Amino acid sequence: MSGQQQQQLPLTAPPQAPGIAASAGPAPASAAALLLHPPPPPPPTTAAPPPPPPSAGPLPALGLPAGSSAPAAFPHGDPALNEQEKELKRRLKRLYPAVDEQETPLPRSWSPKDKFSYIGLSQNNLRVHYKGHGKTPKDAASVRATHPIPAACGIYYFEVKIVSKGRDGYMGIGLSAQGVNMNRLPGWDKHSYGYHGDDGHSFCSSGTGQPYGPTFTTGDVIGCCVNLINNTCFYTKNGHSLGMENSLGLQTPGEVVDANFGQHPFVFDIEDYMREWRTKIQAQIDRFPIGDREGEWQTMIQKMVSSYLVHHGYCATAEAFARSTDQTVLEELASIKNRQRIQKLVLAGRMGEAIETTQQLYPSLLERNPNLLFALKVRQFIEMVNGTDSEVRCLGGHSPKSQDSYPVSPRSFTSPSMSPSHGMNIHSLATSKASNTHFSGFESSCSNGVISNKAHQSYCHNKHQSTSLNVPELNNINVSRSQQVNSYTSSDVDMETDHYSNGVAETSSNGFLNGSSKHDHEMEECDTEMEVDSSQLRRQLCGGSQAAIERMIHFGRELQAMSEQLRRECGKNTTNKKMLKDAFSLLAYSDPWSSPVGNQLDPIQREPVCSVLNSAILETHNLPKQPPLALAMGQASQCLGLMARSGIGSCAFATVEDYLH
Amino acid sequence: MSVLSEVTASSRHYVDRLFDPDPQKVLQGVIEMKNAVIGNNKQKANLIVLGAVPRLLYLLQQETSSTELRTECAVVLGSLAMGTENNVKSLLDCHIIPALLQGLLSPELKFIEACLRCLRTIFTSPVTPEELLYTDATVIPHLMALLSRSRYTQEYICQIFSHCCKGPDHQTILFNHGAVQNIAHLLTSTSYKVRMQALKCFSVLAFENPQVSMTLVNVLVDGELLPQIFVKMLQRDKPIEMQLTSAKCLTYMCRAGAIRTDDNCIILKTLPSLVRMCSKERLLEERVEGAETLAYLIETDVELQRIASITDHLIAMLADYFKYPSSVSAITDIKRLDHDLKHAHELRQAAFKLYASLGANDEDIRKKIIETENMMDRIVNGLSESSIKVRLSAVRCLHSLSRSVQQLRTSFQDHAVWKPLMKVLQNAPDEVLVVASSTLCNLLLEFSPSKEPILESGAIELLCSLTQSENLALRVNGIWALMNMAFQAEQKIKADILRGLSTEQLFQLLSDSDVNVLMKTLGLLRNLLSTRPHIDQIMSTHGKQIMQAVTLILEGEHNIEVKEQTLCILANIADGTTAKELIMTNDDILQKIKYYMSHSNAKLQLAAMFCISNLIWNEEEGSQERQDKLRDIGIVDILHKLSQSSDPNICDK
Repeated sequence: MSGQQQQQLPLTAPPQAPGIAASAGPAPASAAALLLHPPPPPPPTTAAPPPPPPSAGPLPALGLPAGSSAPAAFPHGDPALNEQEKELKRRLKRLYPAVDEQETPLPRSWSPKDKFSYIGLSQNNLRVHYKGHGKTPKDAASVRATHPIPAACGIYYFEVKIVSKGRDGYMGIGLSAQGVNMNRLPGWDKHSYGYHGDDGHSFCSSGTGQPYGPTFTTGDVIGCCVNLINNTCFYTKNGHSLGMENSLGLQTPGEVVDANFGQHPFVFDIEDYMREWRTKIQAQIDRFPIGDREGEWQTMIQKMVSSYLVHHGYCATAEAFARSTDQTVLEELASIKNRQRIQKLVLAGRMGEAIETTQQLYPSLLERNPNLLFALKVRQFIEMVNGTDSEVRCLGGHSPKSQDSYPVSPRSFTSPSMSPSHGMNIHSLATSKASNTHFSGFESSCSNGVISNKAHQSYCHNKHQSTSLNVPELNNINVSRSQQVNSYTSSDVDMETDHYSNGVAETSSNGFLNGSSKHDHEMEECDTEMEVDSSQLRRQLCGGSQAAIERMIHFGRELQAMSEQLRRECGKNTTNKKMLKDAFSLLAYSDPWSSPVGNQLDPIQREPVCSVLNSAILETHNLPKQPPLALAMGQASQCLGLMARSGIGSCAFATVEDYLH
Repeated sequence: MSVLSEVTASSRHYVDRLFDPDPQKVLQGVIEMKNAVIGNNKQKANLIVLGAVPRLLYLLQQETSSTELRTECAVVLGSLAMGTENNVKSLLDCHIIPALLQGLLSPELKFIEACLRCLRTIFTSPVTPEELLYTDATVIPHLMALLSRSRYTQEYICQIFSHCCKGPDHQTILFNHGAVQNIAHLLTSTSYKVRMQALKCFSVLAFENPQVSMTLVNVLVDGELLPQIFVKMLQRDKPIEMQLTSAKCLTYMCRAGAIRTDDNCIILKTLPSLVRMCSKERLLEERVEGAETLAYLIETDVELQRIASITDHLIAMLADYFKYPSSVSAITDIKRLDHDLKHAHELRQAAFKLYASLGANDEDIRKKIIETENMMDRIVNGLSESSIKVRLSAVRCLHSLSRSVQQLRTSFQDHAVWKPLMKVLQNAPDEVLVVASSTLCNLLLEFSPSKEPILESGAIELLCSLTQSENLALRVNGIWALMNMAFQAEQKIKADILRGLSTEQLFQLLSDSDVNVLMKTLGLLRNLLSTRPHIDQIMSTHGKQIMQAVTLILEGEHNIEVKEQTLCILANIADGTTAKELIMTNDDILQKIKYYMSHSNAKLQLAAMFCISNLIWNEEEGSQERQDKLRDIGIVDILHKLSQSSDPNICDK
């Protein structure tokens, strides 16, 4: 018998037993695969594909009430489901604020239609299980999400939790374009990319994988992030980024996985990644090279500001600005003042005088634009109901002072301080709403400056600078709309009509149904505030005077007649019809102000009319209908929309609002 | 020549004006001097040579000088300090620091700020001994009080602290004067510079300091805990400098035991952020700092090592650290080449450090590292680089990888790693020696193919000399390596070891105060005393001393492991043919064996049993007599008792 011996290794770590198995060989091709992948990132290299088709197909499966067609295994009752739905909505809004879900819905679950038959879905189409044999490659199966990833996400992310790795553990996660064979392993075919659990390899439109990351198995949470800005993609495991890969592929058999499209907080901190890219994109914008020649850029900016001021008739400010920047104003001062006078009348609700003045100063304008005249008259009718129009005001018992003070009241709630904080609204909606408030706030501050005293010009000027940048949004919307019209219209009449419908009755037929209903809601809020404000004025029909009511009814008849005449001469016009109907509806309520159509009485509604009239006057002078500043902003937002539709992801991190301070 | 004298003449003009009797003219002169020196190093040097500094300091300290003049003097001095290191040395020689510190007592904020700014510039220079900040005990509390004065005092003071806080003594001084409370709220300052300098302060305060770190985790600022504030500063839209420094704070707090290694703020925030710092997109300096900090963070935690190893392809990312200067930069861009060259060493040593940490515990990670392109070649090259830092970290990396049995047998052999390693061991500083000798221990393991060539290249002599080192770690490694070397070695090697070590040194080591040294020495003895011919041979020459040493240790106050090891040596001796007699004739030893047979510790009982069993082995000559003798002293009785013991190991014997 020999003595005992001992050997030791120095310091901390003993050597491990030799013969630790090398990493597993390639996965046997006979295993069936279940692929999970949501739809396409913009194709990485080859020729540009058509933009993703508008999803007329499957709708988000989320609205599914529990128990309808969902498997019985679903553990939550209705309330829990609703709560989850709300959380999902909130999270998606926060992650992808630039996405217009009307146009490009976000994936919310796996698609029960876009899957191979071996795939079973449960738990509200979030849980996937494989029910095939998993014996040969022919048994491979995959499923896609309900919708393609919208480019306006900029960066898109989802996670999958491996509930059970099944018999062989061949799971895959990744991306695939619509139309890629679902009976195949992901990554094997063109436009599909994936990450394999069994060997940690990634597949990129090819049957051979590349070593990429660690393997994964039951209990792991695997995430997939698509960067639509630089067209890369990376995967995460349990919250850890595994590193960039231009494109990826994967495969799996007979297992169960749960998807998270935003239903729950993600394990990986995707928002931090997004923050980095937002900063990058914004730095890119900030550093964008501007004109080479010295001063050119500044001069252009000054011209834009100046033309904007002139357009809206802020003549004192425009003059001061032009003086201090050495510019010439194209339009004569008198002309600007005329426009300003008319605008002030409209905004004060004195429509009768406004129409009269317009006819005096621009004799043929309204004759040539019967629809405009009609719109003005309808507004006049509304102002009569309001008791503010000149024709009823002289009949009522108000002192001029209190009448003048009326337009003051909106200031209390349309001041610029009200305007921010609409960030959570759908993009287009936020724009239109914000514009209204800004606009009136601006308007009031301006008239202040002009009326009161020339000595206050500098003060006024300052004020403009602080607010003016916000103002153009209203116009910007008009611009974008009229541009759309221009693109297919042939007749001037049509175009004008459409224009009216946008300007006067915001809610009609422009596809912003969602937005406008919200808009109405906002208005109601404003109304309540206004009520408080004007309660001292004792709000009564036509200012409370019987004579005024009679005048108003008479005027209404004239208006009816005019409408009929218009129809005979120019053909049917649904916009006009609706406008008139809405106005007349006011009379159906004992208290029109709190009626469902009461928002027409809101002084804010004067602004679209005012803007349309102003544009029409400018056109007669061969001046642009819109100021270049508004045009530029309109183009910028259009451009962002175009980027979203063309799959350029950086649009996610740049909004026009970011640059309006 | 004439140009030079002209310049000097104009400089003299500035200095002369400082002596003007009219204070207004002096002030005017100082202001003009200020404008003349800004950004002009030559002018600065001239003024210093011409003796402007003592005069400026005099004016600065004069109570009768106007505040404006004193302030301008401080500004000019600050400007001079901004120049070369020589300028700073000249200023220090004129005792500028006490003068400026004195100035901080003034009630005038503007003047205080100017003094602080100048102090900041001087203290951030590498030539300034930071001790100068601590010589006067009233300075630190006064600086703490000035922290509330303005954003400039905050910025400068924090910057001074973060540069002058070196080691635990400084940390304790600052901590005891309330640095944590005074600086914490600056992290939410509106000024970026103040936030940044405050953050840097915390990183130096927390480094290897459990007391500070434990305090930091519980500090609230605006209702938020400090770690949460650091995590916010880690966000990816923050400036890189801020991300990196807050990652350092969290790393240091974690290593100091104040934050658990499995805390989400480490696993999901700090670690990924440090990995990102290693990416190609970052500046070279940032990549160095990122890799070093990450290496420190994960050094002792295998779970963090695993996470880091899969994050963002870190192992492959680090391979890029070796590509500087790139072949392209050499031709196309001299500036870039210069920049690359300057950082090349730093990059390489940082990468080696991080590889060492990554591969410290996990075999799969080691394999991944070695499979990285040209990895072994890079290490081998690193071992012979001129920069000590690179050599050290290359050895560390090699050491970490040498813990893999598989790699010892393959890559290490293929690349003849032992050659450069043996070279490193010649005349290296202790810190390199410690790691290199540790690595050598692993390379000398019985199954390592490098063992033979290492022996042939004179390792025994080298290791024997290590055992005489003052440095404990070197003694341990030396004897450890010898122990590994002796394992199942041939007679000649054993004899070489014994000769090389000398008996005196062997017994010196057996009485070493460090238990590790003792254990390894016993291990060496045990390995030497194996196989019967070796046992008899060694015991015939050294028997007396060995028996003496064994007796001493068994009688001494030692822990169980030491005694067990010693009994095992006895058992080996009992296995010898002639060596047996040394035990049988030593009643003292026999009594001791008897004692340990009934010891309460089963391990010791077992070891003692081995001795007995080797002594009474039947097939050997004279076994009967030995059995009789043992029976006489009562050992058989104990054996009977033990055979009924509950412990099956003991029963079997």
